[in-house]
Amino acid sequence: MESASVLQARGLVLRYPGAAKSVLSGFDLALAPGEVVTILGPSGVGKSSLLRVLGGLQAPTSGTVQMDGAPLRGVHPRVAVAFQDPSLLPWLTLEKNVAFGLDFKHQPALSRAEREARVNDAIAEVGLSHARRQHPAALSGGMAQRAALARCLARRPKVLLLDEPFGALDEVTRAEMQTLLLKVVADTGTAAVLITHDIDEALLLSDRIVLLGGAPARQIGQWTLSLPFPRDDAVEELGTLRIEILTTLRNAVRRQNSDVSHAYA
Amino acid sequence: MTHQQTTSTVAVAPAAAVVSAAGRAAVGRAFAVRLALGLGGLALVFVLWWIGTDVLAQKGSFLARFSPLTAVPALFDLLLHSDLPLHVVMSLQRIFVGLGFALLIGVPLGLAVGSFQVVEAATSPAFQFLRMISPLSWMPIAVMVFGVGDKPIYFLLTFAAVWPILLSTAAGVRALDPRWLQLSRSLAATPLETLWRVVVPGVLGHVLTGVRLAIGILWIVLVPCEMLGVSAGLGYFILDTRDRLAYSELMATVLLIGILGFALDSLARSLYRIWAPGG
Ligand SMILES: Nc1ncnc2c1ncn2[C@@H]1O[C@H](COP(=O)(O)OP(=O)(O)O)[C@@H](O)[C@H]1O
Ligand SMILES: [Mg+2]
Repeated sequence: MESASVLQARGLVLRYPGAAKSVLSGFDLALAPGEVVTILGPSGVGKSSLLRVLGGLQAPTSGTVQMDGAPLRGVHPRVAVAFQDPSLLPWLTLEKNVAFGLDFKHQPALSRAEREARVNDAIAEVGLSHARRQHPAALSGGMAQRAALARCLARRPKVLLLDEPFGALDEVTRAEMQTLLLKVVADTGTAAVLITHDIDEALLLSDRIVLLGGAPARQIGQWTLSLPFPRDDAVEELGTLRIEILTTLRNAVRRQNSDVSHAYA
Repeated sequence: MTHQQTTSTVAVAPAAAVVSAAGRAAVGRAFAVRLALGLGGLALVFVLWWIGTDVLAQKGSFLARFSPLTAVPALFDLLLHSDLPLHVVMSLQRIFVGLGFALLIGVPLGLAVGSFQVVEAATSPAFQFLRMISPLSWMPIAVMVFGVGDKPIYFLLTFAAVWPILLSTAAGVRALDPRWLQLSRSLAATPLETLWRVVVPGVLGHVLTGVRLAIGILWIVLVPCEMLGVSAGLGYFILDTRDRLAYSELMATVLLIGILGFALDSLARSLYRIWAPGG
């Protein structure tokens, strides 16, 4: 079971230099190939910090992250990270943005034809072939986020790390992006860690939901969902689960608040 | 701060792309009004010039020799029937050589100053100090060190133009969107890749702002620089007209310096519009 996981975190502790308290303490995660795990938790709990550690952008204070069984040292070519903001470079066209980084020295060497094929596939996958020569200023928020996803896909990732990627989008665009993410995972077989503070998003997209809480943050709940996708009709099952997750979250917040009042008493 | 800026750019741009015909007409009208006011202001300058030399000054007085009524025809005559165009070419060539050296020195230094706080702390008082010394005060030293001819002029022009370029470039580096740097880090970019693919294109707009400021300064410093030790260029030509007592030609040259400076500034502005990112 353990050796089957593509990305594995053990005993992650993170304490930013100079900070009085740790952000994470003792976090474990084993991500199976093709699995979508959602990390759910309130703002400021440490979700983004955790994602940066999983992506090799931030070294943990202690604990290990392994990719394909090998310890992660810095960023990994098969792990792609997308942030809440699309971060497209305004001076490049959409296709150049999607291709950005593919020719970097520390990325796997690809011929020009391979690079072009990957960019074309990625742009087609997110449905932006008609806009490939546009600059970011001409793209809507949803299109920009699609482009950012395509930039990740062009690297043919085994693991996608997504930090609240749809957080800034309106409801309709957001629903479209969620559908797109399900399609991408089904088409490419990539595993994904999706960070969100939206319970419904977690319920609609995940194979597994991990609830992060407390200070320092750790896993305070975990649910495995074996419902098929899309889940638009699974209202009843999801409703029950939703209440269970909410209750766990509320209890955690109440405990934390009472801790705080003790501290000041 | 930067976050909000970029978000609003993304939100506003599609709206701007579908501006209605009425909106475009309004923009056109506003532009026409600005143009009319600007031309009116220029015309006023000429009228005041004319009043000073032809109405207030007595007929046959010294001042009357600088009248626009003789200067403007003299300018056309000079451009068509003298070697003034060659002097213009010489002056413009010096401007571009000076600008080239200033870019070669100012951009890399600006990148270093903007990237490393140590460099910035170590250099900024020295740069502010050097920047406030009028480039012209170096002239005697420059001539002693580089000899007479073009070399001291190149030195002085470079010295004058390097500061706005350096400071704008450094400001551009500090204003880089941190998310672009995070992106390049998440793609395992080497420092050189980050420099060439993110930092340099990202500061281009600021560099062009620096170039525009530099061209303004260069043009102002050039003419006095050319008044010493060279035998070509607009500065030389002005002194030459004075020595020949050709006052309408002198005034014509002054007029031409203004026109060329205006044209250079417009050129720099349109470069900025074409190349600045996101434009
Ligand atoms: N680079 C950093 N240096 C120091 N502290 C940080 C840094 N990034 C985040 N933090 C702190 O860590 C905590 C968790 O932040 P974050 O991981 O962004 O939470 P979330 O994504 O869940 O909102 C916050 O208290 C934040 O101030
Ligand atoms: Mg966050």
